[in-house]
Amino acid sequence: MSTWQAHLPALVVLAPLLAAPLSLLGRGTRWPWLVVSAAAWLSLAASVLLLRQVLDDGPLRYFVGGWEPPWGIELAVDPLNALLLVLVTLLASVTLVYAGTSVAREIGHARAPLFYAVLSLLVTGLLGIAVTGDAFNVFVFLEISSLATYTLIAMGRDRRALTASFQYLIMGTIGATFYLIGIGFLYAMTGTLNMADLAERLPELNHTRTVRTAFAFIVTGICLKLAVFPLHLWLPNAYSFAPSTVSVLVAATSTKVALYLLIRMLFTVFGVQFAFVHEPTGNILVALALVGILSCSLVAIGQRDIKRLLAYSSVAQIGYMVLGIGMVSVTGLTAALLHMFNHALIKGALFMALGAVAYQLRGTGREQMAGLARRMPWTFWAFVLGGLSLVGVPLTVGFISKWYLILAAIEQGWWPVVAVIVVASLLALVYIGRVVQSGWFDEPPPGKPEEAPLAMLLPMWALVLANIYFGIDARLTVGVAERAAAMLFALSP
Amino acid sequence: MSLVTLGTAAISPELAIQLALALPLLGALLIALAGRWPNLREAVTLLTACGLFALVVRVLLALLDGVPPRVELVEMLPGLALVLHTEPLSILFALLASGLWIVTSVYSIGYMRGNEENRQTRFYVCFAIALCGAMGVAFAANLLTLFVFYEVLTLSTWPLVTHKGDQAAERGGRTYLLVLMSTSIGLLLPAILWTYAVAGTTDFRAGGILAGQIGPIAATLLLLLYLFGVGKAAVMPVHRWLPAAMVAPTPVSALLHAVAVVKAGVFTLAKVVIYVFGTGFLAQVPAASVAIYLAGFTVVAASVVALRQQNLKRLLAYSTIAQLGYVVMATMALTAYAEIGAAMHMVAHAFGKITLFFCAGAIYVAARKTELGQLDGIARRMPWTMTAFAIGALTMIGVPPTGGFVSKWLIVAGAFQRESWFMLAVLVISTALNAAYFLPIVFRAFLLPERSPPPREHGEAPWPMVAALSLTALLSLLLFFFNQPLLALAYALVGGRP
Amino acid sequence: MSGLGVGVYLVIVFLMMAGMYGVIARGNLVKKLVGLSIFQSSVFFLYICIGFVDGAAAPILTEGVQRYSNPLTSVLILTAIVVGVATTALGLALVVRIRQAFGSVEEDEIHAMDPTL
Repeated sequence: MSTWQAHLPALVVLAPLLAAPLSLLGRGTRWPWLVVSAAAWLSLAASVLLLRQVLDDGPLRYFVGGWEPPWGIELAVDPLNALLLVLVTLLASVTLVYAGTSVAREIGHARAPLFYAVLSLLVTGLLGIAVTGDAFNVFVFLEISSLATYTLIAMGRDRRALTASFQYLIMGTIGATFYLIGIGFLYAMTGTLNMADLAERLPELNHTRTVRTAFAFIVTGICLKLAVFPLHLWLPNAYSFAPSTVSVLVAATSTKVALYLLIRMLFTVFGVQFAFVHEPTGNILVALALVGILSCSLVAIGQRDIKRLLAYSSVAQIGYMVLGIGMVSVTGLTAALLHMFNHALIKGALFMALGAVAYQLRGTGREQMAGLARRMPWTFWAFVLGGLSLVGVPLTVGFISKWYLILAAIEQGWWPVVAVIVVASLLALVYIGRVVQSGWFDEPPPGKPEEAPLAMLLPMWALVLANIYFGIDARLTVGVAERAAAMLFALSP
Repeated sequence: MSLVTLGTAAISPELAIQLALALPLLGALLIALAGRWPNLREAVTLLTACGLFALVVRVLLALLDGVPPRVELVEMLPGLALVLHTEPLSILFALLASGLWIVTSVYSIGYMRGNEENRQTRFYVCFAIALCGAMGVAFAANLLTLFVFYEVLTLSTWPLVTHKGDQAAERGGRTYLLVLMSTSIGLLLPAILWTYAVAGTTDFRAGGILAGQIGPIAATLLLLLYLFGVGKAAVMPVHRWLPAAMVAPTPVSALLHAVAVVKAGVFTLAKVVIYVFGTGFLAQVPAASVAIYLAGFTVVAASVVALRQQNLKRLLAYSTIAQLGYVVMATMALTAYAEIGAAMHMVAHAFGKITLFFCAGAIYVAARKTELGQLDGIARRMPWTMTAFAIGALTMIGVPPTGGFVSKWLIVAGAFQRESWFMLAVLVISTALNAAYFLPIVFRAFLLPERSPPPREHGEAPWPMVAALSLTALLSLLLFFFNQPLLALAYALVGGRP
Repeated sequence: MSGLGVGVYLVIVFLMMAGMYGVIARGNLVKKLVGLSIFQSSVFFLYICIGFVDGAAAPILTEGVQRYSNPLTSVLILTAIVVGVATTALGLALVVRIRQAFGSVEEDEIHAMDPTL
């Protein structure tokens, strides 16, 4: 292994981190966009190499600055977070292609450089959470990504973006602080912050009230970030009022990283025995997930703003992922991990389509969607295909996720859960179907808008085609997800 | 003969079966490209349809030779691939769908041009994609593949159902999509996954994959999930989509709802009964009996509703639901004659129903008439059409010399084999009901004078339409006289033993 | 821990709850931020208290001293304080912009202006 390859884990995070200040050095809006995009693509390449390496050689550990744990901070990459790294960098790269056009119109030339810099910091934060093996380091990167997200959301055109951002700031900080409290308790009991070390030292301390409290705080804090029902209240506003690019990136990545963190804490640090057998975490997660899935799917139907509709849909989809975790089976976890990947593709494509509508029609309400099939056919069809994937029609990634999720429920013999999953899919059919029907049949309002520019269509359709490709040949995604799930169960203390 | 040998040598069965799916898609693309030149576009449709039929024949020859092809298309999930194969039932369906596509294309040309419909390119493109879906369902070698193409069929026919684009079409399309998707996602998919979880595979195998893996109560529940999950078989109460789909242009109603879509439904049920459960296993559990009662109820209820219909197409829709009930009932009877009868009825009903729908469309195009009350004395102006209609009606009732008689005879024999008085009662009552709502139409058309002169003078419908409906009526008659090859295929389904 | 006793933890919990109360119960956006700050500072206290070792010296290298308190927690808290400062600054910036856009920093008044919130 050549020397630079050994530093891949750090490189993945460093590239966007350095790109942020670098992007502010040049003038105009081209330079920041170029720098940030280049960093994203570089990280993507590094992530892919890492994934290949981890799949071939097994998990790898990287010591930052050469300091070994427990003194230094460790970056630990295994199939699970390698996949996540690829996912986040891929979506960041594709979104940045899209952003060039969208940001220019929505944010304006004056603030665009700052936008790109903060976006790069967001990506840094997300990648950092994914790659680190130190619990406190997670907090640091979590806050980096969160602060960046608050800033980005507040840049939306509508003034409600400000209040949405503020609301998210309050709730997000509480969540992160809960996590911090939990980590503090763990440190008090074990004397270490390194995840692998914690995993070793925690089992004998599991019965203590401190550790159990820590567990509760950590899980609650992460669930706030993950927008698990009923801690999801910040999400609809944040997604609806944020600039289109931000909605795309955040919907596709932030919650996935939070999900990863939850899985990491539950399975690797605390262990299946403690998290699911001693504590009723599985049951709680399943109950909350079921309520979230049904209630948010129902609420989505009545929404007048389509971005908001998709936001509620996202909470329901997160419910699916949490449901998979709560089943505490390899198939269930596989389903959760699969949906983590697939949902990113689905929502990414859908929000990109909506962003194109906002770009040309200055809004994303039902009035704008009327007659869209004739006005902006390429965008409309991207939305339709993304919508079909959301419903779970075969030949799309959504179907693959549904397949495993229902299979996992059947394996457990949980037929009511199967019913909920199926009903929610039908609800998704209803809320997507209403929009599609309106786009197909309704008379468009007067005006002759053009189709969205190519720079927006290409990334949109790249994601749509990814949806279909991985829906037809899901061996790679399923293979990695299964492998990661099996590994998490096997190595769990 | 040499052409056949040439074709057989040039295209292997494996290639033919893959092309059977690829050709309609390619055709769809070419049709879309040729949209601006209607004659070229129509020619592409016809050529694709003929080509498809030839490919299916190629696969048939391979099956008759004893070397049926089996091709893996793509491995979708680890351990689960999309696989194509063929066996007697699937080749029957494939031949039916592809053959009747040719006829319907001819008819469609006449209809669309006669009515000066808009969005014709979209129509022909979606038609082609729907045929690809039908081929996929026909040749599917496992439940996963079948499900994939089943959904493709639903989605590709939706633009066809809502073709007219008005309020009624929107409403009808919504019902269509909701009912079919609810049943497929809500019931069929869990059923397939349950099967997979229990049996470890979704393959279609002779003798089934569930024997010994599942208890009697679970088997009953699973069968019911399939019965209602396959919404395209229109077992009550998941039949609502069929009348709702009558907002579609008649060529759509004809092929898809009399032949491809509903046939895909009963075909799926038959495949599930024979190759997933296995007739031997099902005979030991009470599951099938429950299904027979449900199907029998559908037959009678649908026939009664049909009696009260005034709109011709709606009447035909409910007639279809009843006829599908025959096939489902016969499939669930599990006896040899009943299975053969079910397979034969798929064909007989197809020929008869498509004739009836073609006639309905011809009447609409020529005279703009849709209600039964308007049809008095119309046979004077449209003798060909109404004669064909009469033949189609006789097929539905099941009297000689139509193909409907052959299949009904076999189903009755199957009912006797099973000693099911319920089935016999249903068959007798429904035959009477069929006569009650079909024969008056024929009599009134031929024997009564016209109520009032039509708004404009008309004769027969455009010649492509008349040609098509005459051909299918003829096929219906031919089925009575020359049914040996088909019977032989059907016999192979139950192992060649009568 | 005998030197500090349980009392410290009671103070920490009190601050935590006071902060949370401020965040939830107060309608004024600035007061929410104040509550949030208090909440965060309780956590800082927690960490520092964890690091305290009874009878040990402050963690600065000195001749002849054998036992030091744990410096790690203080370092962690420095990071957290920085994060807290950034959060508060961002929050206040948002409040300023909200004031400009809505004309008020009271939550119920803002709700009244825009029912979708």
